[in-house]
Amino acid sequence: MKLTLKIWRQKNAADEGRMASYEVDDVSPDMSFLEMLDVLNERLILEGEDPVAFDHDCREGICGMCSLVIDGTPHGPEKATTTCQLHMRKFKDGDVITIEPWRARAFPVVKDLVVDRSAFDRIIQAGGYVSAPTGSAPEAAAIPVPKADANDAFDAATCIGCGACVAACPNASAMLFTAAKITHLGLLPQGQPERYDRVVSMVDQMDAEGFGGCTNTGECTAVCPKGIPFETISRLNADLLKASRG
Amino acid sequence: MATRPRPKTPSPAAGPLKRYRSSVGKKAVMAVTGAILVLFLIAHAIGNLKVFLGRQDFNHYSHWLRSVGEPAIPHRVFLTALEVVLTVAVLLHVWAAVSLARQARRARPVRYAARPKAHEHRYATHVMRYGGIVIVLFVIWHLLDLTFGAVNPKGGNAQPYDKVIADFDPSRWYITLFYVVAVILVGLHLRHGLFSAVQTLGWGRQRRYPAVRVVADVVAALLVIGFVSVPVMVTIGVLK
Amino acid sequence: MSELFTEGAPIQDTKAPDGPINERWDKRRFGGKLVNPANRRKLSVIVVGTGLAGGSAAATLGELGYQVKSFCYQDSPRRAHSIAAQGGINAAKNYRNDGDSIQRLFYDTVKGGDYRSRESNVYRLAQVSVEIIDQCVAQGVPFARDYGGLLDTRSFGGVQVSRTFYARGQTGQQLLLGAYQALERQIAAGTVTMFTRHEMLELIIVDGVARGIIARDMITGEIETHIADAVVLASGGYGNVFFLSTNAKGCNVTATWRAHRKGALFANPCYTQIHPTCIPQSGEHQSKLTLMSESLRNDGRVWVPVKKGDTRKPGDIPEDERDYYLERIYPSFGNLVPRDIASRAAKNVCDEGRGVGPGGLGVYLDFADAIARLGRDAVAAKYGNLFEMYERITGEDPFEVPMRIYPAVHYTMGGLWVDYDLQSTIPGLFVIGEANFSDHGANRLGASALMQGLADGYFVLPNTISDYLAKGPFEKIGDDHEAVVEAREAVKDRIEKLLSIDGDRTPDSFHRELGALMWEYCGMERTDAGLRKAIDRIRELREEFWARVKVPGENEELNQNLEKAGRIADFFELAELMCIDALHREESCGGHFRAESQTPDGEALRDDERFAYVAAWEYTGHAPVLHKENLEYEYVKMTQRSYK
Ligand SMILES: Cc1cc2nc3c(=O)[nH]c(=O)nc-3n(C[C@H](O)[C@H](O)[C@H](O)COP(=O)(O)OP(=O)(O)OC[C@H]3O[C@@H](n4cnc5c(N)ncnc54)[C@H](O)[C@@H]3O)c2cc1C
Ligand code: HEM
Ligand code: HEM
Ligand code: SF4
Ligand code: F3S
Ligand code: FES
Repeated sequence: MKLTLKIWRQKNAADEGRMASYEVDDVSPDMSFLEMLDVLNERLILEGEDPVAFDHDCREGICGMCSLVIDGTPHGPEKATTTCQLHMRKFKDGDVITIEPWRARAFPVVKDLVVDRSAFDRIIQAGGYVSAPTGSAPEAAAIPVPKADANDAFDAATCIGCGACVAACPNASAMLFTAAKITHLGLLPQGQPERYDRVVSMVDQMDAEGFGGCTNTGECTAVCPKGIPFETISRLNADLLKASRG
Repeated sequence: MATRPRPKTPSPAAGPLKRYRSSVGKKAVMAVTGAILVLFLIAHAIGNLKVFLGRQDFNHYSHWLRSVGEPAIPHRVFLTALEVVLTVAVLLHVWAAVSLARQARRARPVRYAARPKAHEHRYATHVMRYGGIVIVLFVIWHLLDLTFGAVNPKGGNAQPYDKVIADFDPSRWYITLFYVVAVILVGLHLRHGLFSAVQTLGWGRQRRYPAVRVVADVVAALLVIGFVSVPVMVTIGVLK
Repeated sequence: MSELFTEGAPIQDTKAPDGPINERWDKRRFGGKLVNPANRRKLSVIVVGTGLAGGSAAATLGELGYQVKSFCYQDSPRRAHSIAAQGGINAAKNYRNDGDSIQRLFYDTVKGGDYRSRESNVYRLAQVSVEIIDQCVAQGVPFARDYGGLLDTRSFGGVQVSRTFYARGQTGQQLLLGAYQALERQIAAGTVTMFTRHEMLELIIVDGVARGIIARDMITGEIETHIADAVVLASGGYGNVFFLSTNAKGCNVTATWRAHRKGALFANPCYTQIHPTCIPQSGEHQSKLTLMSESLRNDGRVWVPVKKGDTRKPGDIPEDERDYYLERIYPSFGNLVPRDIASRAAKNVCDEGRGVGPGGLGVYLDFADAIARLGRDAVAAKYGNLFEMYERITGEDPFEVPMRIYPAVHYTMGGLWVDYDLQSTIPGLFVIGEANFSDHGANRLGASALMQGLADGYFVLPNTISDYLAKGPFEKIGDDHEAVVEAREAVKDRIEKLLSIDGDRTPDSFHRELGALMWEYCGMERTDAGLRKAIDRIRELREEFWARVKVPGENEELNQNLEKAGRIADFFELAELMCIDALHREESCGGHFRAESQTPDGEALRDDERFAYVAAWEYTGHAPVLHKENLEYEYVKMTQRSYK
């Protein structure tokens, strides 16, 4: 396959950035999207040009490091699939593909397609944990957890912190990410003591980081590679309202 | 350089009232005020339908609005109270909408080059925001028109029924069209708004969503039909 | 072989307490010195790595009140490679009442490691395993539960009890997020300072003691000096020396290799684990391999065509022209033989030219019989998401055509040598998790790496390191100390060198070539001649690397190729040591198979007389020095494995 790539190039955070166009030939349908970029980069290096920087690590859809907005959709056209798991057979010969970084004030561009997502870590710092210092744990079997709750908690806990929800949200809101953690911990007995303080501080931190507010658009769940359910947002809302009522 | 940790400041929004200044809090304000507005609209639509019962009934209803509870409640107090509640609700609703929209604007300083593809009902944001503005403009016009009569052919002192009939006279089809468009926008606003309010107030669950969507759609559709029927019937000459 | 290495003094003392094995850990804990809480604030520890081992250690040390600096090369500690572990974590809880016990977990692990691990360490691991589950549940890790709401377990990798706790296919992720959250809590509390996108490039040694690291800020390129009272390496495994492996792209040996160059012994580098069920390579562009759960072998049948170079579609090959080779060679275990055996058998049939798919590097894993027997729905219920993943990557639907699988490098049992306290041969340098060599011997059992990482990080290291830290307060060291300056300058020189070569080959092209070489000669099967050849080729290729590599850009920016080049440079040195280790170990054991040492029917043949030791290598700059640590078994009897 032969493709035209329109890629966002930006030298560093201070640089203005612009789109640049590259032709790539000999793309095999068995390549992953990132392998296609690897091939482009190998060529750019030998041509003496700056290769395109992009984040990735596990390349199997679990670390949450890869990003890329592909033709306007975070993680590209395949549902429930991270960019690293997207394969070129989803594209056609002659396609023009636009590749951009996550766009959000809270995720400033570091270089090219790489952004800084440490805002997510600070949201977790605000309360996304159970205070259980090592050594203080009771016997694991002491507290049963109903299977249904455990399953719902697990569904929320599979968030990989990739940030696609923010990238897709018309408000650049981090609501789905935050709600996933609130839901995971809020459904388990271990998470109860800190439940209401947690939601208050995490939401405040989310706002302080410069994310937008959620207006229930639902784009986030549609692109989320782990299919974090929309209801997590409602669960967060419920907890925040309860916390506010005192 | 170390990765910047979360600054150790006391929670900026301590205290229950301040809580509603968080992005989630603002949404709750919007949902509650929105719900008040919806209740008003339902009542208003039912009231409007009294037009079909004839001039007498409709005017009487209008009069009744002003004399509810008399003599226990002085003349027009109920209506004034209603107006105050509505005004406050609208102001809060718009305040929350505007500040969330501004927060969202700030949150994405650089836009995407590729047109984002809508997967869900992304258009909803636009309908809610731009539609909201049109609704406000409509309500202003509507008040000048049918409440104060300033822009009504019959002037301010005419009976409501006459105002309505004169307003939507076939020759003024463009006014009717304007009302119809506005009401459809209100309907679209509610279609997402009702669903959204359920989510915002914390009752949204995967298994309930299909039903919530249906109810929101049906309520919105009924309201639109209810409202639209009056101007349309006048314009096509069924009501005189 | 003397031109390749020399032999030095054996290792006498592993610091393991004596006495009955079940009392040793208690004895050690009681015997170690403690640091008074008020003084902990004044003591600082660097932890490199935020995987299960490093994340749990940094969080726990922070909770204890030490000043901790934590490092990872990813943009968030949550992304460490531990996140990718799927299957589960072992613990001797015996919730099933099926006869499990600390003793049995201990026994299974020693046996699984083919009698090349230490009894004292493994026993402690089994003891601590029980506490790990309690700790993780308290943190809110959503383990699978049964309908009564109690923790569910399953059996894993050939053991006869059900002791593996799991969270669907994402156990590593859930455990890591638990540790990550505990870590973030400490960061918020100010006890841990986090350095993401930082790569450790050198260890600082002052007066023979580890006192800090030199790290590069991967965004600004700044070369930073970090001084502390002790250094903990938790930087994971080095499987990426093979280029293609199931490891994350960034996994590297740099942190441990730099420590090795500064004097830490490197133990058993040749022990690598090869996983039989991975998705095969699809072409030259392939950048990594993806693991498919081993559970597929429960219902899938493995086969290749009888004829060489048979290019017919699998469906067109009649039953009598198929070779179900595992069922043929191992009638009693069939498709369920252990990892190393299944992997080697696949290699053998591919070497015979009977492999399938691109390059003939693959064998079929066929579900046709299972679908006929159980029905499509039942198969979908069991393996649906794995089938989907396979289809996403290969574009083929396993319901229609058989899957193709091939073995891939998965885990490295070798690592820096540590004593019972997890301290390396450099005082003040501790090594935990996959980065050390400690507990798995020559072969790791499924679901035991997560157990070891968390045991080290939550429970063992925090206890043993206090004995070392209690020696403080330590002398203050400035950034201008001679040894510090030297370390920093060495890093800068190396970077400058890499950037200045400006040759005509990309870093990746060297890594690919090195990887192919290692896979060929130091992979599933090793021979004397092959290893010698590999050593020569590695040396040539290394020279070529330093003459012809082209690293674009500069240091003062995010430069992903500079990062790669530095890691590859270290892989070259490690690769040579791996081959030397493999060459000197003339026996077969666990993940190390020497063609010369096999039973008449082709199985691995251990030589306990000559090789029942840990091979710990000392860096010299030329021929390394071998130090042997003899392994003695008091509690487990050594026997030969058989799966026929
Ligand atoms: C696909 C797959 C599936 C697996 N499944 C299982 C399973 O089911 N059960 C099981 O028990 N085990 C499993 N394993 C093995 C297990 O996951 C690993 O052995 C274990 O997670 C290693 O943990 P760790 O903390 O030692 O290192 P890692 O998790 O690899 O963490 C390494 C850390 O070190 C940092 N680092 C590395 N180098 C540097 C440097 N130079 N400078 C700064 N930081 C650095 C990294 O940023 C990272 O934070 C699996 C492994 C793979 C690959
Ligand atoms: C399209 C059909 C509509 C008709 C025929 C209609 C008619 C009227 C009439 C006759 C009045 C005056 C009542 C009185 O003063 O006694 C009125 C008032 C009002 N209408 Fe409507 N209306 C319509 C739609 C709407 C819509 C869609 C909205 C809001 C979005 C709205 C909001 C109001 C408000 C706020 C008042 C003022 C009530 C008050 O005085 O307290 N109307 N309408
Ligand atoms: C006056 C101008 C108005 C503006 C600018 C406005 C704007 C908005 C906006 C931006 C939202 C958030 C949308 C979202 O969730 O994506 C919203 C929600 C809503 N609006 Fe309005 N609106 C207006 C009038 C009204 C009226 C007249 C009604 C009722 C009759 C109404 C009912 C609602 C409801 C029920 C919601 C849902 C609240 C939620 O999302 O939780 N709005 N509005
Ligand atoms: S919620 Fe989904 S899209 Fe958002 S960070 Fe988590 S996994 Fe990514
Ligand atoms: S797309 Fe955005 S508006 Fe809310 S529902 Fe998702 S965060
Ligand atoms: S690279 Fe890890 S999720 Fe894509």
